[in-house]
Amino acid sequence: MSGARDLRLGLYLPLAVMVVAPFFLSDYFLHLAVQIAIWSLVYTAWALMGRFRLTSLGHGAFLGVGAYVPTLLWNNYGVTPWLGIPIAMALSVALALVVGYPSSRQKVVGHYFALITLALGQVVLLVIVAARDVTGGSLGMTPRTVGHSWYALQLPNKAEFYVVALAAWFVGLVAWRLVERGMIRLALEAVAEDEDAAEAAGVDVLREKLKITALSTGLTALGGALYAQYLMYLSPDAMSGVGISLEIVFAAIAGGMYNMLGPTVGAAFTILLTEGLRVLFGTHFVGAANTIYGALLIMFIIFMPRGIVGTAERLLTSPRRPPAAPQAAE
Amino acid sequence: MTALLTLDSVNAGYGSFAALFDISLDVEHGEAVGVVGPNGAGKTTLMRVISGLLPPQSGRILLEGESLAGAPAYRVVAAGIAHVPENRRLFPRLTVEENLRMGAYLPAARRAFGERVAWVYELFPRLKERRRQMAGTLSGGEQQMVAIGRALMSKPKLLLMDEPSAGLAPLVVEQVFELVKRIRAEGFTVLIVEQNVRQVLAVVDRAYLLETGRIKLAGSAAALQQNPVIQRSYLGL
Amino acid sequence: MDIYLLEAIINGLLLGGVLALLSLGLNLIFGVIDVVWICYAEVVMAAMYAVFWLYTAWHWPLLLACVAAIAFATLLGLLVHVIVIEPILGSAPINQLLATGGLLFFLQSLATLLFGTDFRNLGIRLPVLELGGIFISFSRLIAFGVALIGAVGLYLFLARTYLGTAIRAIAQDREVMGLMGANERRIYILTSAIGGGLAGLAACLLVLQYDVHPFIGLTFGPITFMVCVLGGLGNMIGGFIAAFVISQIIAVGGYYFPIEAAEVLAFVFFIVMILIRPQGFLGK
Repeated sequence: MSGARDLRLGLYLPLAVMVVAPFFLSDYFLHLAVQIAIWSLVYTAWALMGRFRLTSLGHGAFLGVGAYVPTLLWNNYGVTPWLGIPIAMALSVALALVVGYPSSRQKVVGHYFALITLALGQVVLLVIVAARDVTGGSLGMTPRTVGHSWYALQLPNKAEFYVVALAAWFVGLVAWRLVERGMIRLALEAVAEDEDAAEAAGVDVLREKLKITALSTGLTALGGALYAQYLMYLSPDAMSGVGISLEIVFAAIAGGMYNMLGPTVGAAFTILLTEGLRVLFGTHFVGAANTIYGALLIMFIIFMPRGIVGTAERLLTSPRRPPAAPQAAE
Repeated sequence: MTALLTLDSVNAGYGSFAALFDISLDVEHGEAVGVVGPNGAGKTTLMRVISGLLPPQSGRILLEGESLAGAPAYRVVAAGIAHVPENRRLFPRLTVEENLRMGAYLPAARRAFGERVAWVYELFPRLKERRRQMAGTLSGGEQQMVAIGRALMSKPKLLLMDEPSAGLAPLVVEQVFELVKRIRAEGFTVLIVEQNVRQVLAVVDRAYLLETGRIKLAGSAAALQQNPVIQRSYLGL
Repeated sequence: MDIYLLEAIINGLLLGGVLALLSLGLNLIFGVIDVVWICYAEVVMAAMYAVFWLYTAWHWPLLLACVAAIAFATLLGLLVHVIVIEPILGSAPINQLLATGGLLFFLQSLATLLFGTDFRNLGIRLPVLELGGIFISFSRLIAFGVALIGAVGLYLFLARTYLGTAIRAIAQDREVMGLMGANERRIYILTSAIGGGLAGLAACLLVLQYDVHPFIGLTFGPITFMVCVLGGLGNMIGGFIAAFVISQIIAVGGYYFPIEAAEVLAFVFFIVMILIRPQGFLGK
């Protein structure tokens, strides 16, 4: 077991350095760091459901609600995001529960569950586009700018926003830790393996599923809200719909959705990769970067379904045990 | 003369769960051989290993001297073994005739479909009446006939029958074993796995007793019928 | 009845035809192989580009371009199965869903790389027919007709031919099909190729009516999934019916509300239906 502890020290020290480093680097690195931190929150939030076989292909819905609601409240009613964001989170949770409650009761699982969530993500996107008078539709919208203001959560100073982003990332990790250490984890793992058996064993399947759904979607909304505040620009395609929903799933899986830092690694990996490809190809071959990205994602599913962190963990901690058959949704 | 089917020290199982230990048996041309034993003895596993649904972990499986071990099911069928699965396993939403058509999937059988299906209908006149009926709506006995007929469509060198009497009423069971006799009379070599010891020993030449994955007894049907262990445990005497 | 409402209903009917064709392809693959191609609409998109390219850049006659595009899509379907699906056939179903999701990205981005994000059009203007005050675009009518022919063709293939029956059989019991002497891998590949071919046919019908761009799959992909699930995933008749139900909701809804609102209506209807009856209209 000391091997594992050394592993953790070896991991946490560089991690701490990487977290703090951006403060000393240029705006460019801060920009990347902010994105990594915010998206880590989103991916971690998704993985809270994904790891228990509740594979949602529609988390874009909650991202969208989280992004648009505070901005609409701010632009139209001057409501501070500090109030707007919790409202958005509550709305996201409500939306998730409205769909999640009957889904769980009806035992909608597997393909059906994934496709319902996909429909939900699409609904939010369509609502945003349909309400174009209010939301700007496909052209997008911006929060009413007031320059530097903590009240409006508009922080052009990237270092300041990085602090906020780090705090959010931390919230995600804390949530993960709480789930990992709590009864809910055992309950949901039992459900993931055999729902009926778990029910028979006394697990309140419905309640546990709804709890994790609420946590996951609320945090996703938080991530969406922060991202909108950071970019100061919202658009339905970037914030909801199938595309972004799939991106979330992939990043979480690529990093490893069974480990606390897995989604974070996924965020770093995907953001740095996209950035690297963009630097490499520039504006010359539009689409080349994403083409490679797409191919990599397929290969991840086929060859490394437990993600970067999961596979590394397997390799480093159990060298003698024969490899078990990998399943991304195990 | 080489036996039609030879199993030599075959071990098989599911993952780490071993189900068959050191199985050696053979079936000669034209014979009818039975494998009897209680539930969970490994009889169905044995069938699946022979027909290629389950690869053996060790040992040899030879059909007319040629090795079959590890060959996937479709190649085993092409080599001439047809397997009537436990519980019939018909295609429920295909008609009787479509099921028979699927039995004649192999190219040679497909070409000769017309004459073969006529022959099967001759063996099972009831099926001819019901040929356009959905297989899933037939009675248990009728389904068994379709299952056997389907396997016969490929004119196999060896017919494997997995618990043909399972789930059938006693009167129907009688009919099924009558069928087995008829099939034998047509010249087919049959290997039957059965729980109904009394009935199967009445139609086969030789039999093996399989218990907890091992062959415990082997001999002619008559010898097994006289065997005190068999009589006590399986014939209720 | 208001003439414009009638027109909307008829247009909805015509649109339903192509949607039904799309759902047949997706349902075929799911019903037989038990995988959902999240990228199915992107296969259609690829074939649409194929028609566009052959027709506008290489000046092939339109019909020939369409036939070639269908052949291309058939090949693409085969490749999708062999390269992406086969390696993970044994894994958890969600892996297959996600792998085809990766393929969705890949195809969209490749299209962007090759053709850019501009909307491309065949430049063909087919006449608009007028029947008693109702305006119906000819291309839409053709699309409906061909889609129906395609559906009937698929039905006949599955019901009357040997391979079609084998495909139906393997969907009902995969393991036993092996006992019939059938190489299941080959049947899967055939099924995937047919699914691709159907996507190619749908592409030809769509490219007559709409511009093509790399993300066009996102406009009808989710609707196609919705139709399939609503009808009962894997159930071709159910999907066929659901296609017309959904297209009517969208068309009639589009008469009263803006089109996106009509689509929202359709999706909400879908969500509600599935929560009431999760297996869809005709699912088990």
